[in-house]
Amino acid sequence: MDKHILDVKNLKTYFLINKSRDKANYVRAVDGVSFSVKEGEIMGLVGESGSGKSTIAYTIMGMYKPVEGEIIFNGENIINKNNRRSMSFKKNVQIVFQDPGSSLNPYQDVRQILSLPLKVHKIVPRGKIEEKIAEILEMVELPADFMYKSPTSIGGGEKQLVSIARALCSNPKFIILDEPTSSLDVSIQAKIINMLLKLHREQKLTYLFITHDLSLMRNISTKVAIMYLGKMCEVAPTEDFYKTPMHPYTQMLLSSIPVISEEEEALKPKKVVSTGEIPSPVNVPKGCSFHTRCMLSTDICRSEEPIMHQVSEDHFVRCHLYKK
Amino acid sequence: MNKEPIAKNELNRCRKKGLLSPSAKENLRIYWYKFSRNKLSVLGLFIVLISIFLAIFAPVVSRYPQHVKEFVDYEKANLPPSASYFFGTDIFGRDIFTRVIFSFRGALLMSVIVLSIAVPIGVLLGLIAGYYNGTWIDIIIMRLTDVFLALPPLILALAIAAVLKPNLTSSMIAVTAMWWPWYTRLVYGMATALSKEYFVKNAELIGASRFHILFNEILPNCLSPIFTKMALDVGWVILIGASLSFVGLGEQPPTPAFGQMISDGARYMPDLWWMTIFPALAIAFIILGFNFFGDGIRDMLDRGR
Repeated sequence: MDKHILDVKNLKTYFLINKSRDKANYVRAVDGVSFSVKEGEIMGLVGESGSGKSTIAYTIMGMYKPVEGEIIFNGENIINKNNRRSMSFKKNVQIVFQDPGSSLNPYQDVRQILSLPLKVHKIVPRGKIEEKIAEILEMVELPADFMYKSPTSIGGGEKQLVSIARALCSNPKFIILDEPTSSLDVSIQAKIINMLLKLHREQKLTYLFITHDLSLMRNISTKVAIMYLGKMCEVAPTEDFYKTPMHPYTQMLLSSIPVISEEEEALKPKKVVSTGEIPSPVNVPKGCSFHTRCMLSTDICRSEEPIMHQVSEDHFVRCHLYKK
Repeated sequence: MNKEPIAKNELNRCRKKGLLSPSAKENLRIYWYKFSRNKLSVLGLFIVLISIFLAIFAPVVSRYPQHVKEFVDYEKANLPPSASYFFGTDIFGRDIFTRVIFSFRGALLMSVIVLSIAVPIGVLLGLIAGYYNGTWIDIIIMRLTDVFLALPPLILALAIAAVLKPNLTSSMIAVTAMWWPWYTRLVYGMATALSKEYFVKNAELIGASRFHILFNEILPNCLSPIFTKMALDVGWVILIGASLSFVGLGEQPPTPAFGQMISDGARYMPDLWWMTIFPALAIAFIILGFNFFGDGIRDMLDRGR
C-alpha cells in the first residue's frame, strides 16, 4: 500500500487584496507547498491560525483557484482552466468542515441532508435511499430515527456526526477533515475522534486531518506536516516528529503544549520559549519567514530562503541548520 | 458483511413505533400556537377570512348585485345609511354596501394576481443575483433593480398606467412592475449571505446541480421573510391600487373600485359623507387586517431557537 493517493506539488494560492498602479498586493495564503499522501494514511496538517492549513484544503476541493502548482489525485492532475472538479473527484473526495452549525441546512431534516450525495452520485436506487441512510447513520452510531430530526434540534457533536455521515454517503476514498473537533466539547471530541479512527479502519479511508491540536495529532496521525506562513516547515512520520523535532518552529510548538504533570513535562524533547506572533502573510519576512521568531537565526536566515532538506527517508525539514 | 439487515430491522422498528415522519397534526398545532400568541394576529386572520369570504360570495351577500353594472334609480338616490341600504346610496341610487363588497373583490383579485406574478419574478432574480454575487449576472440584475427602486413607486405606477389604457389590467401591470424589485432586494441580501454558508459550499462540493442549490438549499431559508412580506403586501397593493383608481387609472365605472368611489364621493362631502367614509373605512379595515395577519405569519414562521 505505497500508492500515492494525493500529490501536491509547489501549490500556491494567493488572494488579491488591492491593486495599485505599480504593484498588486497579495495575501500569500499558500506559498509553494508540496506534499504527498499515501493510501491509508492519516496525514496531519498542523499550524497556527492563519498559516494556510484550511486554504490548502479548500484549494484541493476546488473552492479556491491556485496561482501555481499541481494537485494530482489518483494519478490525475485535477487543476484545470476553470477550476472545476470532475464528478468522480466529487464522489471520491469529501470534506468535513469545522463548524457543524453552519454546514447543515437548518431547513432540511437529516434524511434530506444525507440523501443529497446518494442522489447526486446515484449510490443506491431511489427506493432504497432510506435504508441506505439508516445504514450510514448506524456507521456513525446514530439511531435510524435520527433521520427525521432537524439540525436545529440536535447538539453540536451530533451535528458533526451527521456531517461525517454525509461525507461517507458517496463511499469516498479520501476525506479532508478541517478541524472537525475544535468547536466541540472535550467529551464529544473523544467520541468523534474514535469514530473517525474506526471508520478509517473499516472503510479503508485516507484522511487529511487539519488541526492545531498537537497532542491530538500525536494520537491519530501517521504523518505530520507543520505549516508556517503558507509554507511547510517540516514533514515527518508522527513518531519521528514528536521524538526528534528538527525545525526550530516545531521545537517551539512542541514545548508550548500545555501539560499537567512533571512526567509529561519530562517527555517534551527540548525546552524552547515561544515568542512573538505570526507575521502578516502580506509582508512575508525576507529570507526564512520564521527568522523573526527563531532563537537560532543567523545572517543567512535573514537573506536567503531555505529549501526542503531530506534528513531521513520520510523526514523533511526546511531550515538552513540542516543544509548538507 | 451482514450490516444491511440490522439497519432494515431498525428502520422497521422505528416505523412501527411511529417515530418516523412527525405527524402533520402536531406541526399544525405548533404553528397555530405561535400564530395565536398575539391576539391581534387572530383578529387579522378573522378580517382576512371575512374579506376573502365577501370577495368570493359578493353576488350572494349583497342584495343588489345589479348595482355594480349600468344602473340608475334616481328615486332612491342620496339615501343615508339605513336597514335596507347599510352604507346608504350614491347619487345614482346605487347601494354603497354592494359596491364596497364588489370593490373588495376587485382589490383582492388585483393583489393576488400582482403578487403571484411579482413575487416569483422578484424572488428568482434575487436568488440568482445573490448566488452569483460579484459576477456580471449580479451586476446586471441588481442595477436593473436599482433603476426601478430609484423611482418613487406611485409615480412609476402612475406613469405606466397612464401610458397604457386605463383599466384594471393596466393598473395591475403597473403595480407588478413596481413591486418585484422589493422582493429581489429582500432575497438578494439573504441569498448573498446564505451562499457563503458551509452547507451551500458542501452541496457544491458534493456535486449538486445549481437548481438544487438555489431552490433546495437557499430558497427554503428565505421563505419566512418572503411569506411575511407577501401577507403585508396584500394590503399595500390594495392601497396602491386604490390610489391609482382614485386618479382614474384603475377599474373604470360603472364597475366599482375603492379609489374611484372615494374620489366620486369626495365631491359631495360633507353632505353625502357616507359615499366617501364607508369605502375609506373598508380600505383601512382590509389593510389593518392584512398587517395584523402578516405579523402573525412572521411570528409563526420565525424559528425561535
